Amino acid sequence: MVFVIRRVFQSLVVVLVMSLVVFVGVHLVGDPVHILISDDMTQIEIERFIQKLGLDRPVHEQYFHFLANAARGDLGNSFVFGEPALKLILQRMPATLELAFAAFLLAIVLGIPLGMYAGLRPESPASKAIMAGSILGFSLPTFWVGLMLIMVFAVMLGWLPSTGRGDFMTWDGLRHLALPAINLALFKMALVTRLARAGTREAALQDYVKFARAKGLSPARVVLVHVLKNILVPVVTVLGLELGGLIAFSVVTETVFAWPGMGKLLIDSIQRLDRPVIVAYLVITVLMFVVINLVVDLLYSALDPRVRLKEAKA
Amino acid sequence: MTFDRSIATAVLFFFIGAAAAQDLRIGLASEPTAMDPHYHNLSPNNSLLSHLFESLVGQDERQRLTPDLAESWKAIDATTWEFKLRKNVRFHDGTPFTADDVIFSFERAPNVEGSPSSFGIYARGKTFTKVDDHTVHIKTAAPYPLMPNDVSQVFIVSRKHGQGAKTPDYNSGKAAIGTGPYKFVEYTPGNRIVMQRNDQYWGDKPAWARVVFRGIKSDPSRVAALLAGDVDLIDEVPATDMARLKKDPKLTIAQTVSNRIIYLHLDHFRDDSPFVQGKDGKPIKSPLRDVRVRRAISMAIDRDAIVSRVMEGQAIKAGQLLPEGFFGVSSKLKPVGFDPNGAKKLLAEAGVPNGFRMTIHSPNDRYPNDAKIAEAVGQMLSRIGIDTQVVTMTQGVFFRDASTGSPDKGPKFSFILVGWGSGTGEASSPLKSLLATFDRDKGMGASNRGRYSNPQVDKLINDALATNEDAKRADLLARATEMAIEDVGIIPLHYQVNTWALRRGFSYKPRTDEYTLATEVGKAN
Repeated sequence: MVFVIRRVFQSLVVVLVMSLVVFVGVHLVGDPVHILISDDMTQIEIERFIQKLGLDRPVHEQYFHFLANAARGDLGNSFVFGEPALKLILQRMPATLELAFAAFLLAIVLGIPLGMYAGLRPESPASKAIMAGSILGFSLPTFWVGLMLIMVFAVMLGWLPSTGRGDFMTWDGLRHLALPAINLALFKMALVTRLARAGTREAALQDYVKFARAKGLSPARVVLVHVLKNILVPVVTVLGLELGGLIAFSVVTETVFAWPGMGKLLIDSIQRLDRPVIVAYLVITVLMFVVINLVVDLLYSALDPRVRLKEAKA
Repeated sequence: MTFDRSIATAVLFFFIGAAAAQDLRIGLASEPTAMDPHYHNLSPNNSLLSHLFESLVGQDERQRLTPDLAESWKAIDATTWEFKLRKNVRFHDGTPFTADDVIFSFERAPNVEGSPSSFGIYARGKTFTKVDDHTVHIKTAAPYPLMPNDVSQVFIVSRKHGQGAKTPDYNSGKAAIGTGPYKFVEYTPGNRIVMQRNDQYWGDKPAWARVVFRGIKSDPSRVAALLAGDVDLIDEVPATDMARLKKDPKLTIAQTVSNRIIYLHLDHFRDDSPFVQGKDGKPIKSPLRDVRVRRAISMAIDRDAIVSRVMEGQAIKAGQLLPEGFFGVSSKLKPVGFDPNGAKKLLAEAGVPNGFRMTIHSPNDRYPNDAKIAEAVGQMLSRIGIDTQVVTMTQGVFFRDASTGSPDKGPKFSFILVGWGSGTGEASSPLKSLLATFDRDKGMGASNRGRYSNPQVDKLINDALATNEDAKRADLLARATEMAIEDVGIIPLHYQVNTWALRRGFSYKPRTDEYTLATEVGKAN
């Protein structure tokens, strides 16, 4: 319990520092006013708009104004959309979560078995193919792979829709989900495969595996219960962190596939210097990472009895 | 080939099922920011919302004014305009459209909470009076010939649904009740906007029963969506893909010249211009103040090369502020010819035979190929001895500094590349903003980032803005343009070209104002 409370307190400090950095950073980057206004506006109309947004005041004043509002749960209104930044983000969150979890699932369901296979039979041609594939998965740029997927499956073969999102959990929705999910999963899948392979190779040589075999357990049980359980700790750690990344920064995939999620909102907001949305987005992201890390820590102790959360104090 | 196609068709039907024949699917490069027609005065918003809402006066594909919700209009005395409203027009909910809705809309337009770019400029300073249910008088303090143009920019909303309605009420569809050819069905920000044909529409019934707009910002993805047949029409076709798309037998292209000009603005008002130095790097009296130097710069630029190489043919070289055919353009002005030797001679006459050093500043994410154009200009100027450094930056920084970046909140740069689109579709818009003397209180020269100032040009512009008679006003605007261009107040480079790509079997009437309108999409059977 103390552990959880301390975590929450730490995260508040992180959020505060982050909001300050982003606030000042965006202020230095440029001025949203000239991006938002139409050409025809007169000088007086422009001044009126700047005042309305409070951009005529010094940055520190704007920041304290923001903090005062944030304390009441109001993260400000988007300069572009005129609606609460939080509402805009939450509106787009389901799309991103759908995409992120689909990709996450793909990465686990395909990555772990492939990695374990490659770890158990390191010399077989199939294993070598898997490992070569994982290198490609690591090194090919996401936007390029995304465009290639569109070219092949949407333009040339016409099997799947090129861009956009269908309704959740319908046939049409799944068809729209397929390409972006694969695109987003590729990198994570490569990562999981390599982690699983390394873990399996290490575990396969250990005494408990030999002992289990000697005891006459079926190979399936040895691999699926004993080995699998032992390679999960590093996989869970990495995946935990990666899940946060998947949700918060699927920007490229969402842009290429015109997926109406938070990532697209973030990149659009950065381009238009829509500060309230950028700050709100990063506040939510930090909170999400904190929660995920907490869950990962709790999972550790479930997976590996040697880990005691109290030790983290040292 | 036929075999391939039959398989493709079979696969298409299997996976997609036939989209209803009367559906039209459009991929947009820029999505609107709201469904409130008075929230954001920006092309993507105005373009999309003109399906749901209408103005008293419309603009056709070349931005000429046409009767819309007003059947006719005229100036009944020097300062009063009378608009006769169309009868038997109903809003989507069935309530009749009357003068009350007009008065309400012009009251609401300047006062939308949080509006990033207000419609106030079109409504302020005008008094609206209802004469009867179908007649409205609009009064101004001084004669105001641009009244019909201003009025064409403000959408009429239903008073019944608009009272107390805020932008979110329009976004949810609750208040998005207009008189337009389409009715609101769905708005999912970032995803899609769906509309249904208004069967009670007073004008020509649109061809498409249902229209789905989708924002696909990424250029290659938008093109891919068209190639894959997921959308029937896309706008802002990237120049790099044009050659390929033109050859594709499954597609057709629609294009026309745009109302947007790309031009160079130079520092007219400072002797010690911040980004101009002598060849030795020492400060000099800015040669940009000499009209011969400005003319030399214009002559040193090979506009044909920029159009054909940098813009890949997707532009038309410019000699003034708006292309031919627009109201108030000059018939005399032609693009300045490429003449590097003549330019060198002029530099010598102006006392800088060896040239000088200068920096050109340009945005790199605002106009098509903006940074590349600036680089080309820089090289061309270096060839006549003006060593030009090219600095490009993101638009948020560029426009802030170009407008108010200097210590005294004035323009920071000496020589910039910018663009201007004339929303009103006539020459007073760029003249007033780019070439009239900067004057905050009069609202003149708001984008005059070179601070060009010529009392004679100002007088012509002011006279034009006070002349109700069209022919006379057009002449005054043309003369103001000629004088300012003769002075090289700005250096015009090219007009952009607006391009749409469609699947075969569809046609589009291309527009100068960049609007993508479902009502203008036809079936070419």
